[in-house]
Amino acid sequence: MTDFVINSIGRRVPLNVPGVGSFEPYAGAFQKAGPSRAAGAPVHPRSPQRTKSKVAESLEQAIKRSGLEDGMTISFHHHLRNGDAVIPMVLEALQAMGFRGLTFAPSSIPDAHDCVADYIMRGLIGRLYTSGVRGKLGTLVSSGEAGIPVVIRSHGGRARAIEEGQIAIDVAFLAAPACDAMGNVSGSSGPSACGSLGYAMTDAMFAKHVIAITDNLVDYPVGRNISIPQHKVDQIVAVPSLGNPKKIATGAARITRNPVDLKIAKDTFRLMKASGAIAPGFSFQMGVGGASLAVSAYLEEYMKGKGIVGSFGLGGISGHMSRMLEQGLFKSLFDVQSFDSAVTDSVRNNPNHVEIDSSWYANPFNAGCLAHSLDCVILAALDVDVNFNVNVLTGNDGALRGASGGHCDAAAGAALSIVVLPSFRGGVCSIKDSVSNVTTPGETVDAIVTERGILINPLRKDLIERAISAKLPIVDINELKDKVERLTGKPEPPDVDEGDVVAVVEYRDGTLIDSVCRVKK
Amino acid sequence: MPEISISKTASAGSVESSDCLVTVTPADSIEIDYSGANKKIFEKRTEAMTRAILAEYSVTAGRVHIQDQGAIEITLRARIETAVERALEARLP
Repeated sequence: MTDFVINSIGRRVPLNVPGVGSFEPYAGAFQKAGPSRAAGAPVHPRSPQRTKSKVAESLEQAIKRSGLEDGMTISFHHHLRNGDAVIPMVLEALQAMGFRGLTFAPSSIPDAHDCVADYIMRGLIGRLYTSGVRGKLGTLVSSGEAGIPVVIRSHGGRARAIEEGQIAIDVAFLAAPACDAMGNVSGSSGPSACGSLGYAMTDAMFAKHVIAITDNLVDYPVGRNISIPQHKVDQIVAVPSLGNPKKIATGAARITRNPVDLKIAKDTFRLMKASGAIAPGFSFQMGVGGASLAVSAYLEEYMKGKGIVGSFGLGGISGHMSRMLEQGLFKSLFDVQSFDSAVTDSVRNNPNHVEIDSSWYANPFNAGCLAHSLDCVILAALDVDVNFNVNVLTGNDGALRGASGGHCDAAAGAALSIVVLPSFRGGVCSIKDSVSNVTTPGETVDAIVTERGILINPLRKDLIERAISAKLPIVDINELKDKVERLTGKPEPPDVDEGDVVAVVEYRDGTLIDSVCRVKK
Repeated sequence: MPEISISKTASAGSVESSDCLVTVTPADSIEIDYSGANKKIFEKRTEAMTRAILAEYSVTAGRVHIQDQGAIEITLRARIETAVERALEARLP
């Protein structure tokens, strides 16, 4: 029987996850000090030799030569979005070759990959380390039927875990939209171009063995935009296709016309303005959700009008952000993940659009990640609670249906972190007494903006004063919850078995911020 | 108090998001069937609310099927009341 403790925000977490190891409980967003020594990147041992090609005959041959054994750790990136065919392709080959009990450690799992659930049931996957768990996989894990350890990490936390050696990648299978015969990889050209390969860069740096999988083997060298250099790539596999180009190359998201989202966006922008954040040298991150994207439209107009030039845009980069770069509204974009294909051209052609790896993006324990230089971030949420804790992982029934992403990283790093969400969604109030799962602790959330008012964290007295001076519609979070629940009704808490933990949620520093319990049938 | 049974089928609402589709049909006793994404968290609330509405109309027999697409309480209440009234229309003076 595993021992449980209550962490500093009152969540019950195990001290040990069988099959994974021991964990410390979360003690505060900036309480844990970094390790005195990181794992260091393994060398890629081979005798010095002249070679002109690392192209393997087949995926099977490359897997055999990689030295992969049962129980080892494999990684993938999720830059091809829902168009990705590389994860299913490799898992199918590994299953056919008879592998068992592998640790599956992708940067995240695209929504479309229900096959992962099947490979857990068939014994190929024996441990799961990921950012997100959705769809069929979410149901399988939440029901307790998966029966394997599951650790959920943020993007910054994953980079940290890789550098510290908690995720020791044996073989990285990296989809490569463009690749030459020596393994220089670019994400921003070819039929499966996706833009930045930020998460794959970290894997390539720290994996013992790297296999690049490409549908676009180009003449040497690949070109100027090298995401992953040849000295990190051991083998190359050429395949006819990396996936469905239509789902890889999603168009730029449009600005919402939903009046609720627009009201939230407008008040968010007013709060940003009142906070004094929007000044020359301003740095900014946002998502592509309805309200977030609309905030950037207000921001763009304002910065243009006032002649304000920001310093950098960060994170998952949307088409809208790359347009702001083009207009000179930001000096640089640091891009760990391109949200849509509208960004690809900017990555390829704009020298101020910089591809960054996930450690540079958000690892709390390196010598300075970009997230810690952010002035403002706009984040979405599934729901929040009266202590400003944010859940982006579990639904109202307590089942896994989301991804941690860079949420807690950016919230902790930014001087002003704003969560945007409608006051109720699908007939359920978005503000709970206690969220079913904490991804981002309330101490790192400065404000929550809903269409029914702005909720400011009592810890931010300075922000409250500024918002009052600007005559912004501030509401007490408990009062708003009661008011909205009078409209929607008060939901019953999720019916979960507290004694049966099906997944643990790491905070970015590696401590456990929460655990996900089995949802009763 | 008269005891009224639902004797014909009637419905109200839609399956648009944030709405609900309520269908009332004849049955020997009160039966409530609540479905939708919020089933787990709002089943008890919805059943109590439906029984209360049926009591207001003195209905003692009838089946109420509610397909909830994420409706707020006031919408649910309005749809249930309308469906019941439509089913009882023939009886109203």
